[in-house]
Amino acid sequence: MLLTQLPLGVISEVVSLEAEGIKRRRLLDLGLIPGTQIIAKRRSPSGDPTAYLIRGTVIALRSEETNLIKVR
Amino acid sequence: MELTKIKDFNELLSNISDSLNGKQREQLRDQIVKDIYSNAEVIADNNVSMQGEQTGIGEKIDDILTSKWLGFPIMLLMLGGVFWLTIVGANYPSAMLGEFLFWVEGHLSNLFMAVGAPNWLHGILVEGMYRTLAWVISVMLPPMAIFFPIFTLLEDLGYLPRVAFNLDNLFKKSGANGKQSLTMSMGFGCNAAGVIAARIIESPREKLLAILTNNFVPCNGRFPTLLILSMIFMGTVGGRGSSLLAAGIVVLLVLIGIAITLLVSWILSKTILKGIPSSFTLELPPYRKPQIGRVLVRSFIDRTLFVLWRAIVVAAPAGGIVWLLANNTIGGVSIIDYVANLIDPFATLIGLDGVILMAFILGLPANEIVLPILVMSYLSLGSMIEPDSADALRGILVNNGWTWVTALCTMLFSLLHFPCGTTILTIKKETNSWKWAIFGAVMPLTVAIIVTFLVNQIFTTLFL
Repeated sequence: MLLTQLPLGVISEVVSLEAEGIKRRRLLDLGLIPGTQIIAKRRSPSGDPTAYLIRGTVIALRSEETNLIKVR
Repeated sequence: MELTKIKDFNELLSNISDSLNGKQREQLRDQIVKDIYSNAEVIADNNVSMQGEQTGIGEKIDDILTSKWLGFPIMLLMLGGVFWLTIVGANYPSAMLGEFLFWVEGHLSNLFMAVGAPNWLHGILVEGMYRTLAWVISVMLPPMAIFFPIFTLLEDLGYLPRVAFNLDNLFKKSGANGKQSLTMSMGFGCNAAGVIAARIIESPREKLLAILTNNFVPCNGRFPTLLILSMIFMGTVGGRGSSLLAAGIVVLLVLIGIAITLLVSWILSKTILKGIPSSFTLELPPYRKPQIGRVLVRSFIDRTLFVLWRAIVVAAPAGGIVWLLANNTIGGVSIIDYVANLIDPFATLIGLDGVILMAFILGLPANEIVLPILVMSYLSLGSMIEPDSADALRGILVNNGWTWVTALCTMLFSLLHFPCGTTILTIKKETNSWKWAIFGAVMPLTVAIIVTFLVNQIFTTLFL
């Protein structure tokens, strides 16, 4: 499933990144490599972006990015 | 490694890179990042131990601060609260400082008289320079000394990234970067700082949007003007407890500024700065206990004194110039009168008067001096009241024909008009282009004229 669809509070694992170029690099910089644990923490009042717990850090990502991340 | 070996190695790398196609190159990079992270994980596991639960109170606070229903109201309340504290807290020390500094002025005048100094010297130095300085200090210092520490405290706590998190969607829809709300927060302190802060935005297009619209956040040079005008014109409408109303009005003005920022960003990204938003990642760091002592020192020395000093450096010569303009005549009228009359017809259309518009133009080097210049100009035109309190100021403005619509238009013009000279030069430096620097001044001016014109026409027809 896409990271965008991940319900809040559920622990999941990155399967693959569909992003290319600079976007892919940004996501890799955050440590989003296959196998990384990721949990959706909270959504902004308007529903987007969503904050995720990645490697002990809370990082907000827009749906444009999370639509390019596959998790399970 | 020896130099030749490094060179060989680099050659080898570029040979490898050349032999790969796009897909393979991406795979190679993925593998490198993967290896770096797995190595880092091993090192961290062996050497770092986490103490206690990381989640907890901070999470609960975040649940409230970014919640669907409370997120925005809390932001508004915080903003209003900061303004209210500033208004209430600044009132009394401002009056005291004013009284003291004008008491000093009396003695300075006596001293000049006693040594038999010529009238023009007394005029330039005391009535021009000193009086403007006294004004800038008594009007600016108390609100800044209250506003900055509170704001720095919020910054230190880690609240600002939550604001960016809440507001991001609005920025996305207007084609801008969510980090723009961070550069805007910097703009509250100083627009030039806000423009420099735009370096955190990587996409050149979005960076330019953030730079060009930073002016729509009232910097602390304009912020006291907004506070004082809303206090004496809007605040007194409700009688007692009116400081709440005044704070509310300043919040409203800030919201108008944000709305115009979004609107202008949207228009620009549909026209001359076409493009889609680039990627956005924002860290929400854990809350920290602020170091109160450091916050106080830092906000006082770095911000309050720095900004006050800048205002003083500009205000003193400006005060001298205003005195000269007021006391030299062209065909029997003072130069101030002459210029003010010249631009009065246009100024009246947008709800101001010639003197107000002239004060804004003379205030280009630093917005802090707009209100002092304005008052000095009015005083030079005959009114004899000493502007040592809010009531006296109200008297001066009302005597010169101000209504609440004049105050509203002046506040809107102050909020929107053009950034100070320093900020314009900073835009030139950051964009490396005079074209954008000039655009960064002319575009807000156009917006300001359109908005004040509409507001003036509509409100005058409806209410006066």
